[in-house]
Formats: sequence, C-alpha cells, structure tokens
Amino acid sequence: MISADLTIILPETLLAGFALLALLWAVYSSKDKAASAMVWLTSAVFVALAGWIASTGGGTQVAFGGMFVDDGFARFAKVAILLSAAVVLAMSEGYMSARGLLRFEYPVLVALSAVGMMMMVSAGDLMALYMGLELQSLALYVVASLRRDSVKSTEAGLKYFVLGALSSGLLLYGASLVYGYAGTTLFSGIIQTAQSGHVSIGLLFGIVFLISGLAFKVSAVPFHMWTPDVYEGSPTPVTAFFATAPKVAAMALFARVLHDAFGAAISDWSQIVALLSVLSMFLGAVAAIGQSNIKRLMAFSSIAHMGYALMGLAAGTVFGVQAMLIYMAIYVTMNVGTFAFILMMEKDGQPVADISALHMYAKREPGRALAMLILLFSLSGVPPMLGFFGKFYVLRAAYDAGLAWLAVAGVVASVIGAFYYLRIVYFMYFGDDNTDGLDGGKSPVLWGVLALSAAIMVLGIGNMFGVEAAAALAAASLVN
Amino acid sequence: MDEMLREYLPILVFLAVAIGLGVVLILAAIIVAVRNPDPEKVSAYECGFNAFDDARMKFDVRFYLVSILFIIFDLEIAFLFPWAVAFKDVSMVGFWSMMVFLAVLTAGFAYEWKKGALEWQ
Repeated sequence: MISADLTIILPETLLAGFALLALLWAVYSSKDKAASAMVWLTSAVFVALAGWIASTGGGTQVAFGGMFVDDGFARFAKVAILLSAAVVLAMSEGYMSARGLLRFEYPVLVALSAVGMMMMVSAGDLMALYMGLELQSLALYVVASLRRDSVKSTEAGLKYFVLGALSSGLLLYGASLVYGYAGTTLFSGIIQTAQSGHVSIGLLFGIVFLISGLAFKVSAVPFHMWTPDVYEGSPTPVTAFFATAPKVAAMALFARVLHDAFGAAISDWSQIVALLSVLSMFLGAVAAIGQSNIKRLMAFSSIAHMGYALMGLAAGTVFGVQAMLIYMAIYVTMNVGTFAFILMMEKDGQPVADISALHMYAKREPGRALAMLILLFSLSGVPPMLGFFGKFYVLRAAYDAGLAWLAVAGVVASVIGAFYYLRIVYFMYFGDDNTDGLDGGKSPVLWGVLALSAAIMVLGIGNMFGVEAAAALAAASLVN
Repeated sequence: MDEMLREYLPILVFLAVAIGLGVVLILAAIIVAVRNPDPEKVSAYECGFNAFDDARMKFDVRFYLVSILFIIFDLEIAFLFPWAVAFKDVSMVGFWSMMVFLAVLTAGFAYEWKKGALEWQ
C-alpha cells in the first residue's frame, strides 16, 4: 500500500532528496566555489526528470488516499515546469557568476521550489495544495532577495513575502470555508457535495476566496500589484524564473482546483474567472505603455498573458483547458527567449534595463535584433508567429463556450498591447542613432536560447512539436 | 443549511456583543469624558522619567535567527510528543515518517551551523 504510494511520488521524492544532499554537500565542502557546477547539475537533473515523467505511461494514478494525483494533466504541467526551470537555470549561471551573485543556495532553492510546483499540479486535496504552494512560495521569496545589498532586491523580496502571505491567508480562509460546507478537503469529495445539490452560499464564498488566493499567485488583476515591483527588483535571471515555471504551476493548480473540486459549479466560477481575465488583459495592455524599464514592461506583459490563459479557463470546457495549456507552453517558450535577450542587455559589464538603450540595435547586432523581433511579434500575437495560435486557441475556446464578449475584449486588448511590443521593434530598427548603445553580452548559452526560442516561434506553426496533442490528452484527463 | 447556521448562532451573538461592547466603551470615553489637557497633565508622571533615547533601535539579526531556530525545534517537540506517547500504536509508516521529518530538520540545522549562523564573536 505505502510502497505503491511512494512509487507514484518518486520523482518528487528524488528531487527533494537531491536538493537536501546538494545543500549539505555544498556547505560541508567547497561552498560557493561549487555553485556553477551545482547550477548545471540541477539543470541536468530537471531535464532528466522531465524526460522520465514524459516517458512514463498514461493513465491516472492516485496516491495517499486521493491527496496526490498523477494524471496526464499533472505530467504535462510537470514537464513544462521542469524544462523551463532547467533552461532558466542554465541562462542564469553566466549572469550571476559575473556579478558575484551565484551562491550555492540558488540552485537548491530553485530545486525546492520545483518540488513545490510539482506538488501543486498533482494536488488532489486542499492540504496537499497548500503544502505545495507554500514550499514553492517560500523558496521564491528568498530567491527574490538574493542580492542582499541592493535595496530594490530586498524590497522585492519583502513585498513578495508580505503580499504572498496575504494571499495564502485568503486561500486558507477559502479552504476552511470549503471544508466547513463540504465536510472534506479531498477534491473528489468536494465535487460530490456540489453535485448532489445546489452549491450552498458558504461553499460559493469558499470558491471566491480560493480563486482570490490563486489569482494572487498568477498575478491576475486586481491581485497583480506586487508583480511590477518584484520583477523589477529581483535579479534578472530570477525575474525570468518568476515569469515562467511558477506561472505554469499556478495556472495548472488553478485549473485543477476549478475542475477537480468545483467541476459541478462551472457556471458559478466561470464568471469570476472571466472578470479576472478581462481586467488582466486590459490592465496589462494599458499599463505597460508608460513603462520604459523592460523588466517592468515584461511584468505587465505577463499580467496580460495570464489574462489570456484565464480566458481558456473561463470557458470551463475540455477545449478551454487544452487551449490554456497550449497558451502556457507557448508563453513560457516566448518568455524564456525574451529574458535571454534581456540578460544580454549590458553596457560596460553593467546590466541595462531601459528600453531607450535599444535605439538602432539592429544595426549593431542584426541577428539578435531579428530573433527579438520574432519574439516580440509572437508576444503581441501577430499572425504568422506561434503566439498568434496560442491566442487563437483561447479565443476560440471562449467563443465556443458562449463567451463571445470575452473573445472580443481579448482581441481589443491584444491590439492595444501590440503597441508597446512594436515600439521596441521600432526602436531597434528605426530609432535615432545618437544614443550610445549596448555592448558585450557574448554568452553562447543566452544567444543559443534566444535563437532556439525564436526558431520555435516560426517552425512550430505546422505541428507545434506535438504539444497540441499532448495538451488535448492532458485536458481530457482533467475534465470529466 | 439552516440547521447548520443555527449551530453557529451563539458565535454570531457573541461577536455582536463583543463588537457592541467595544464600540460603546470607546464612544462613551469620547462623549462623556471631560477633556481639558494642560502641560502638566500630559507630561510624564512624576515618579516616571523621560525616555533616554528612541525606542526604534536596530538590533542584531542573529536574535532573529535564534528565534527562528527556537520556533522550528519547538514545533518539532510539539510533533514528537504525541508521537512518542502513542509510540506503541504507531505503525512502521508512522515511525519512518517521523524519522524522515527529523532527518529534514537535521539537514537544515547542520546547514545553519556550518554556515556560521550560530557564531557570536
């Protein structure tokens, strides 16, 4: 019995054991001198685990009496999380060691937060959900303030911590209400309570608080206020990490709670999620226009993108979940490439975040500018790129579910949002030539990631490298 | 639903009384009391003394580390105690779960020790 349970959570156990052993080994031997090797090792472990999870068979397995669910949906999300975390770790090594930020705790904390994320997407119980969420968040709070002597970085960590604690409080309050009115914390039990009769008002309050707590984690408007400051203050590789893996985990958790626990009350939560979606899309599109710091700009961009992913969720259908998964996969790929570009933005060895430094960038670095052009077109959803297909999927899901107004709002917001992406393109290709631009940033890893990500945006148009079929399977295993 | 809400009625009544009493007391102090301050009245009481310096002083972050350590091991005891009391009835799974829990805590403690967080020179 217990050995069967342990086999199902073996990937999580191995990763947690790896993190603990790596921590002890590093602190008792060479300390920060081994940090570079540990970053690469952790990255390799992530890739190996992702390959292992992707190759294990289909079907749904349940461990610990339903608290832990291993199904196609969880596996899809875990592979996305592990791969994006591995790429971000690989990107951060050069940047951080050049600035003396590379401590051996960094890969360990990222590994622990990955354990938390894997736990989140497999949660089948409110307590397992909270445990995963906290493990992920606590590791991220520390990583956000990695640059201890910088006021901005510590501010980012503190802000993230305080607002994260607030959101955990909201989530716990919702969970206690749900437990009070459903009599169980198991998702399978909660859905039965909702099915047997109408959803009681207490349970509805519980859902609303749970959604508020989760909306904090995916930074959906009106719970987004921490995002720009945290993105700006954290070291850039950490920002790249925040924008990718935790977002996938939080969106997957969002989908799992809404469908596994409240799948019988779709009409009740669908309108809340639709509201979050439309607010996020518009605020993300409008507020980014005034930003000149590219990290803040990417923060608002990620808020807008979360709005589109939530649109797929608001549809409340199998196709909606599939669209959300495809959107998240494309979003992560685009963001990894964009942050590789941002990590290369430096002048005299100092990182530069102001977009005015990109004036006439195409003249000096035509290859990089072209890759960034493709990524920016993809981020704004210009048709031939992969980003357009992500938006197309969620818009169709919303339209099919009778939320035509939401789809129209999404198109309008997308047009507004295109302005600030295209402004960067304008700077790169047609800006004024007087400013002294960027130099350096000759990291082959970053350049490789940027080129690969841009290539995927173009080459993935035909078949999306099989992500579409995998997402369809994953969505089918979640919604039933 | 109604049945359940009725069970919570005492709590509602208690909340109403608590909030009501608090509001009444505060309002009474504002409405009824005579306020006529002069410098002698608002200064420190004669057997008290003026503050030496600002109360907002910085203190060493190590106090914080020790208090965090205390909380962790305090919780450990809170988990260990019922486990030890019911040791006869605890299965092998329960035994090894606690061992894993202790091992994780020990790893954290060993890290903190080796990192030098406990040194006060």
